[in-house]
Amino acid sequence: MRIYVARYERQVMSMTAEKAEAGQVTLPPRPVEELESVVIRFVGDSGDGMQLTGNEFSRVIARSGNDFATHPDYPSEIRAPTGTLFGVSGYQIQFASRQVFTSGDAPDVLVAMNPAALKTNFADVKRGGILIANSGAFTEGNLAKANYKSNPLEDGSLDGYRLYKIDISGLTALALKESGLSKKEIGRCKNYYALGLMLALYSRPLGREEEVIRSKFARMPAIAEANVLALRAGYAYADATEMFATSYRVHSAPIAPGKYRSLTGNQATALGLVAASELSGVPLFLGSYPITPASDILHELSGLKHFNVATFQAEDEIGGICSAIGAAYGGALGLTTTSGPGMALKTEALGLAVMLELPLVIVNVQRGGPSTGLPTKTEQSDLLQAVYGRNGECPIPVIAANSPADCFDCAIEAFRIAVKYMTPVILLSDGGIGNAAEPWRIPDPASLPKLEVAYRTEPKGFQAYARDENLVRAWVRPGTPGMEHRVGGLEKDFLTGNISHDPINHQRMVEVRAAKVEGIARDIPPLEVTGTNEGDLLVVGWGSTYGAIVQACEQAVAEGRSVAHVHLRHLNPLPPSLGDILKRYKKVLVPEMNLGQLSRLLREHYLIDVVKLNKVQGRPFKVSEIYDRILELC
Amino acid sequence: MTDLSEIRGLSKKDFESNQDVRWCPGCGDYAVLSQIQKLMPTLGIPRENFVFISGIGCSSRFPYYMETYGMHSIHGRAPAIAGGLKLARPELSVWVVTGDGDALAIGGNHFIHAIRRNIGLKIILLNNRIYGLTKGQYSPTTELNKKTKSTPLGNIDRPFNPIALALGAGATFAARTVDADQAHMAGVLKRAAAHEGTAFVEVLQNCLVFNDGAYDAITDKSVRDDARLLLEHGKPLIFGKNRDKGVRLRGLKPEVVTVGENDVTEAELLMHDETVAHGALAFLISQLEAPKFPVTLGVFRDVDELGYEKRNEQLHTDTRAHRGRGELSALFNSGDVWTVE
Repeated sequence: MRIYVARYERQVMSMTAEKAEAGQVTLPPRPVEELESVVIRFVGDSGDGMQLTGNEFSRVIARSGNDFATHPDYPSEIRAPTGTLFGVSGYQIQFASRQVFTSGDAPDVLVAMNPAALKTNFADVKRGGILIANSGAFTEGNLAKANYKSNPLEDGSLDGYRLYKIDISGLTALALKESGLSKKEIGRCKNYYALGLMLALYSRPLGREEEVIRSKFARMPAIAEANVLALRAGYAYADATEMFATSYRVHSAPIAPGKYRSLTGNQATALGLVAASELSGVPLFLGSYPITPASDILHELSGLKHFNVATFQAEDEIGGICSAIGAAYGGALGLTTTSGPGMALKTEALGLAVMLELPLVIVNVQRGGPSTGLPTKTEQSDLLQAVYGRNGECPIPVIAANSPADCFDCAIEAFRIAVKYMTPVILLSDGGIGNAAEPWRIPDPASLPKLEVAYRTEPKGFQAYARDENLVRAWVRPGTPGMEHRVGGLEKDFLTGNISHDPINHQRMVEVRAAKVEGIARDIPPLEVTGTNEGDLLVVGWGSTYGAIVQACEQAVAEGRSVAHVHLRHLNPLPPSLGDILKRYKKVLVPEMNLGQLSRLLREHYLIDVVKLNKVQGRPFKVSEIYDRILELC
Repeated sequence: MTDLSEIRGLSKKDFESNQDVRWCPGCGDYAVLSQIQKLMPTLGIPRENFVFISGIGCSSRFPYYMETYGMHSIHGRAPAIAGGLKLARPELSVWVVTGDGDALAIGGNHFIHAIRRNIGLKIILLNNRIYGLTKGQYSPTTELNKKTKSTPLGNIDRPFNPIALALGAGATFAARTVDADQAHMAGVLKRAAAHEGTAFVEVLQNCLVFNDGAYDAITDKSVRDDARLLLEHGKPLIFGKNRDKGVRLRGLKPEVVTVGENDVTEAELLMHDETVAHGALAFLISQLEAPKFPVTLGVFRDVDELGYEKRNEQLHTDTRAHRGRGELSALFNSGDVWTVE
């Protein structure tokens, strides 16, 4: 759950106080229009700082009482040539006075820092929506780079939209002309000007953001002050000019009490992994190789060496997983993090981990494939790779996170399964939730499940591959006296673990490895079905499509449709209750960001047909895309 | 913890596993296995603290025959797996047994990076200059023009020099020995065991099935003294049956000279020094190749440098001293936290 309450009155009071402290601005005198939800998209050159603007805007939104969801969308080039269509970077946020599940289908407001940004994003904006254009960047040169024959701000092509032409570049330069900064440095402050504009338009306080800027640029006080000035200038401009006839207010959302912070999926994954280490008392070892969009997990964990956390940036993806296997052999919580192409490289080592029957977690933050594909865009196309993609009969449990905050719980669940069943576990996230942020209700560590880990130290009667009632072998750490033994990738004797090429033994081992993983199904909590208990349509989802499916179903139910939703965290093995649930509906719809991978699994496991809804555009589903399909089916 | 008297009580036999050794009779690997089993009880380390990790290939069967902890892993990856283990458990004595294909072809990347980091592994490379397990294809150390299963018309692939490769990767310990000289091998392995960072040992090893006689010149007792040169720290590069041949430098070009002929004195010969900065001398010596020069055996380089696992431990200790032991509640509540009542 990710919501909270703050009273508007208190917010206004604190806002007034903060403004008084800042020695400026009074409450907006303009009429205030109340909105239930707003979708804003910030777009500009990849060097314009739009990710920062979006992040900072969502931080303020979070503090002032709304639920929100974000979607950063950036090119794979670090800094593409300025003004080009392919260099446009964007950040979308939806915030509301109700629960929010997605970053929104279509922006109500587009803040475009240059012609290329307008060109590539205009079509998505709601008809009649607000366009705020940095008119100073609409130069002949930039227009030409964006393939505009004439200036869209002047030629009437944007009629029907509420267009605000604001020379953000020029006004920022004006505000900072006494700052002593270079032209280039001043140019970099315009994202804070834009932020100031938007905070004023949506009636948000400034004071806290100023503190944040000063601490962010603590080592560069001149830059910090320039950014604060740009922020204030933007705010004052929106506040003082008659340009915006109205300002807007989105009331806070009614949400469970508690402490909250904003987390991206990758940050939440990292916190969950550290939690798994603390809850088990076992050191965490991450062996990893940088890859978009998974690297943030490596970044987060590498700063946490005051915990029992070791991070090792290996020479390649294979070195990443192999070092984690070595650490797991030594008794650590072995972990590797990657995305599609890296997953492919780790395949052989995954097979070894299955043969060794050691606990290991592999996090795949999926991106568009195949091959290098779309590194910065999201997709769910590695599901079959996770379930099947290895040589030999090589079963591995697979789970998937459904939102940024859910990554935290899934990281703990992945290690719970790994250590309880002595098996590698694949945790699927994706670029969408990995980079997107949402409010996370901070748990009390004491309320989290304990992870029980016991190494075997008793040599008496020890056999390396003897199994318990769950078919799990013992975890024996090197350094334990009297239990010296060898393990490896060659097939092993059912009991001793010595090499065995015996035909019957091989079949027995293949079957027991499969049965062990299948048995995990007994350990999966019952599925929760949202909506009608039986009826016309069941929507089955997994992973990051969660938010869009929830909202689409809510809307369809409001329309009186007989529809329900079930979302799978466990994908291998599938939850045992799923088979009965599927039978209670006339049709099953499976929306996925691939060509139908879960659909295949469901057809194969349950011998039922399902209706596929597939999107592979590197972007998440819009609510309307799922909603429209639901209405066609029931 | 096993007490020292027990450790002292260990013998070679305690390191022999109950598995039948499945190398071809007469294989050079037997000699290496025997020397390592002999060495283990002399190191003062409890048996349970030894771990042998291998990849794939004939040599990689090694761990099965050691009564220690061990892992027979996948092709080329042993240094990466062993590195993770050593980082997680620095107190263990971790040995990698590999071959020329395993370490230098499929596993080349892990090999050079383990050495670059100077992580505390002992890497023993059994170099028979051929792929044995897959039955006779050429390897990254096979000589030019050699006919093998996959080079029936002769090899056109230039070979690696493993010592030079290791030195290029920054090896703090690099040594070469040969399977047929047990005493020499024992000495080199003992030095490797005592080294703190990555200790790399190349063992020239005869494959009598697919590459028999590759090292006859330096193993045949009747001729070997003229074909090999045993390196000794602080001693000149002298060899030959009569110990009258030596290696001298002309500028940076080495040449073989005979002491006593043409007024050549021992003082003119190249002096071996294992500790030269950046391994320049070791690299130069590693370039002495038969038949123009004798094959050099012994320790090329041995310098003290902090092992990677020690740097890692230090980093953790320092971070904890500075920030205190991490605590979940504080971690969760860091950053921009707000309260909803």
